[in-house]
Amino acid sequence: MKRTIRKMLFAAGAAGTLLLPALALAADDKPKIDSGDTAWMLTSTALVLMMTIPGLALFYGGMVRKKNVLATVMQSFAVTCLVTVLWLFIGYSLAFTPGSAVIGGTSRALMSGMGLNSVNDLAKTIPESVYMSFQLTFAIITPALIAGAFAERMKFSAMLWFMGLWSLLVYAPIAHWVWGGGFLGDWGVLDFAGGTVVHINAGVAGLVCALVLGKRKGYGAENMAPHNLVLSVIGASLLWVGWFGFNAGSATAASGNAGMAMAVTQFATASAALSWMFAEWMIRGKPSVLGIISGAVAGLVAITPASGFVNPPGALVIGIVAGLLCFWGATGLKHAMGYDDSLDAFGVHAVGGFAGAILTGVFAVEAIGGDGHKGLVDGNPGQVLTQLEGCLVTMAWCAVGSFVILKVIDALIGLRVTTEEEVEGLDISLHGETVH
Amino acid sequence: MKMVMAIIKPFKLDEVRDALTGLGVQGLTVSEVKGFGRQKGQTEIYRGAEYAVSFLPKIKIEVAIDDALVERAVEAIRKSAGTGKIGDGKIFVTSVEQAVRIRTGESGADAL
Repeated sequence: MKRTIRKMLFAAGAAGTLLLPALALAADDKPKIDSGDTAWMLTSTALVLMMTIPGLALFYGGMVRKKNVLATVMQSFAVTCLVTVLWLFIGYSLAFTPGSAVIGGTSRALMSGMGLNSVNDLAKTIPESVYMSFQLTFAIITPALIAGAFAERMKFSAMLWFMGLWSLLVYAPIAHWVWGGGFLGDWGVLDFAGGTVVHINAGVAGLVCALVLGKRKGYGAENMAPHNLVLSVIGASLLWVGWFGFNAGSATAASGNAGMAMAVTQFATASAALSWMFAEWMIRGKPSVLGIISGAVAGLVAITPASGFVNPPGALVIGIVAGLLCFWGATGLKHAMGYDDSLDAFGVHAVGGFAGAILTGVFAVEAIGGDGHKGLVDGNPGQVLTQLEGCLVTMAWCAVGSFVILKVIDALIGLRVTTEEEVEGLDISLHGETVH
Repeated sequence: MKMVMAIIKPFKLDEVRDALTGLGVQGLTVSEVKGFGRQKGQTEIYRGAEYAVSFLPKIKIEVAIDDALVERAVEAIRKSAGTGKIGDGKIFVTSVEQAVRIRTGESGADAL
């Protein structure tokens, strides 16, 4: 009896060793943490955080009047801190864990279960901590962009409430829909780095804010010229450099895709800056510094959804179109419609994001984007319609969500500073500080 | 003693200072001011929003001068600050009741 059992065990063991290579192969098939990918994504995270602080802070800060510069940079800085904490508590989980087609779950609330070796299935070759942090920097900059629309007139307390609620109720769902396994991704919407999630989202929310809060006192009559465009140039430059992390980092890999995303980003940005500059030169007589940096940002915005799907010539066209359209959006359109979108959150980010998203449907080529990702020039005109659907859904949820949140806050604590505070300046009125 | 106050174009400051020190004037006070007279301002454009800026940067010089020197000082300022174009500025002369040197306590003309 014992000998039979021993023989059976021996046979089982022999069979087991034969299976070992098969098991080893199976383990090799699973993507492993790649140190190159991880190193790049760690870097990208830092670059994108830099885009908000101090990139956006300075870009916006230089454009407002001196009496409001501290309040403006405070908005970027405070939003960075607030969204980070909310991301930790629940934001990340809602956006990037499996749940339903419309929202993620609560499995990563307080980052529960995320350890040194955790991996999010959405980016299998990097640690989850890195993916989470990278996505956080996007969650930070999106609401920070909105601040451009209500610059120089919103209460700090109301702004904090708005940003916090918006990041959970508007940003997290939309991020989930496009990137986190939700329905827009399933529909085939192509948005590499956030044309919809970040730019259309922020731009539309900005317009809603501008309309709900109303115009600045003296708008159209008083001198509201930028007080220091040097700050804005520094900010725009930091945005440009940081955007390599934004777009090339969205490849979530140190790869040819990342390299091409970086390259097309550069081409689109430069061509957009030049097209805004030349348009302004022709129409207004002088090429301005504010114009060229705004054009650059417009190009960066427009190439964002396209950056992983288009080739350099496509990027060139996207840039030229974005420069011209956003020039119109920030000047002609704004003055025709009469709203006070102080720093052109809608005119640059919504218009540019929309243009970029649609043009992604035109210029996406499978040779760059892989996986059947192709647009009109590659024989798939239907992609343009899919992109449009993605844009409209984003705009609708964003507009409704932003409006409701604003109205609730307005009813409870009020959104706008008093006339005296607005005239004195937000720096001294809200923060007790000045830049002399 | 008189106080001679001159509003001049900023780039003329060095010439005016040299002209005054050439006369023996030993000190003056300078401030950056804005103003307009008959000189038109500039138009600035930011993203399509036009602003007519009518206040132009100027320099204000204030110098306390002994009565005997005032006429020559005014003439020196006029010659060195003038360009012949609109916006050259103006000179005002007012009386000074008292002047005191803080370090030594000297007063009157000795303080100038």
